[in-house]
Amino acid sequence: MRAEQSPKIVIVDESPIRAAILQEGLREAGFTGVVHINEMQSLLSRIYALDPDVILIDLENPSRDVLEQMFQVSRAVRRPIAMFVDQSDAASIQASVEAGVSAYIVDGLRKERIKPILDLCISRFNAFAKLQDELARTKSALEERKVIDRAKGILMKLKGLTEDEAYVLLRSTAMREKKKIGEIAQSILTASEILK
Amino acid sequence: MTSPLRIGFIPLVDAAALIVAVDKGFTAAEGLDVTLVREVSWSNVRDKLNIGLFDAAHLLAPVAIASSLGLAHVKVPIVAPFNLGLNGNAITVSPGLHTAIMAELDGDRFDPAATARALARVVAKRRKAGAEPLTFGMTFPFSTHNYQLRFWMAAAGVDPDEDVRLVVLPPPYMVDSLASGHVDAFCVGAPWNSVAVDRGIGHILHFVADILVRAVEKVLAVRQDWSEKHPDVLKALLRAHIGAADFIEQPENRAEVASILAQPERIGVDADVIRRTLDGRLKISPDGTLRESNRYLLVGREGAGRPDPMQAAWLYAQMVRWGQVPLSGDALQTAMAVFRPDLYDAVQAPGQTAGERSEAIGAFAGPAFDARDIEGHLRAFAIGRWKPRG
Repeated sequence: MRAEQSPKIVIVDESPIRAAILQEGLREAGFTGVVHINEMQSLLSRIYALDPDVILIDLENPSRDVLEQMFQVSRAVRRPIAMFVDQSDAASIQASVEAGVSAYIVDGLRKERIKPILDLCISRFNAFAKLQDELARTKSALEERKVIDRAKGILMKLKGLTEDEAYVLLRSTAMREKKKIGEIAQSILTASEILK
Repeated sequence: MTSPLRIGFIPLVDAAALIVAVDKGFTAAEGLDVTLVREVSWSNVRDKLNIGLFDAAHLLAPVAIASSLGLAHVKVPIVAPFNLGLNGNAITVSPGLHTAIMAELDGDRFDPAATARALARVVAKRRKAGAEPLTFGMTFPFSTHNYQLRFWMAAAGVDPDEDVRLVVLPPPYMVDSLASGHVDAFCVGAPWNSVAVDRGIGHILHFVADILVRAVEKVLAVRQDWSEKHPDVLKALLRAHIGAADFIEQPENRAEVASILAQPERIGVDADVIRRTLDGRLKISPDGTLRESNRYLLVGREGAGRPDPMQAAWLYAQMVRWGQVPLSGDALQTAMAVFRPDLYDAVQAPGQTAGERSEAIGAFAGPAFDARDIEGHLRAFAIGRWKPRG
């Protein structure tokens, strides 16, 4: 049985980066038959053509409901597909939903074959979310730096301060007001806009 | 204040009572701290409710029943103590299919029996010409949309599994799929029918009220075990919903309600489109033709909020008819027990309701619905995927 060798896995994800991260992880773990679908039109016919053993889909994807159609008795379906909802494994299900991924498994695939795939999915999805988080933080830190630089410039010009003095003034004001330096800098920019 | 509640919803106008309950302060007035979580698929809403990430949810009534029966999925008993809306769906067809149906029409264009007969002739002609079967979009296998489309076309002899294709499409993709020709028609809730008409690529053929006078659509769903553990929280939640539904039904509040629902983090479409839905005054063709109905979407009025187990039985009968579940007396009882008028009545004195009369459904075809004899009822319909018992 093919499923006993290397199960064929389909990743349905509109994020190419996340799909690549997951695909790479699965390959490293020895799952060689991995296909990524990012085109949601005619999703079902592509899946039927690929005939996978496991389908992984991100929960931000509205097309998850399209996959639910596979449960229905229909001429198009060759094999029944059941979601990974073994009631004894509630923790694993909860972890996957919280990580933002869901799995559909062909009936008959052994549970011990599925577990490593799902665990890998969860860890890669969480890693991706962390990456996105870091990226967002870096972006906002960069933005904040720009705002502080501009506020320093205004202070230097209006009060005849050096750059270091301007920064010290910003920092001490922030401490006194119990606010972030970025917020104080932003209010200086806003005020200078209004007073222009 | 009780512990915070997380409630999931799909951005559709029939989430109105839930959204208004929270955003207009009805839940806060009950001492509830509710966070609404906007979701992208019914599968997500169902799973997050089932595993406890949500305390309650805006849910398709048939999904609540399917979950309680364990159909195609994990079995988690769900109870529905409040109907978020009755009716509210519509069938929209492409301009090409609209022209074809109108050319074959032998009766009133708002009579579903006449349009279904016309559809049957269109389907027969296409088959003769060797054309691809027509494709109809609907939102979920266990959806009112699925059953309403099937009920309508099968009444005139169009077999929904043999003569046409029915495909699941997420509501936000419906309009684009109609525009691209991926589907020829769809059945979906508001605002998507109006969006298709406004874009000039669809005609609203039917309001679902043409097909069924009184059809439960979405429910407020909670896990049965949650309802038993938190009876007072549930009562407070119900009072907030009943208050919100009454607020929505007051015509002088409609503009405010539409602007609350239109917020980008709620439904996120033009307030005017939402207003038309609430008022039951819809543009049905790109040329601006208006159609009014006082039955388009019922939120609270005519006792709409009170769950009616007869409605659950009718939905179960559709599941049986289309082969999603075998006919069994036990399953019928389980399905009917999902709808909990007793929980509703515990916070609201019994008012005007449809009760257990046959008009509880009011289907345009077939005999009056009788939950005591589902087998006999289904025998009256020629097309179906079910097997009689014995």
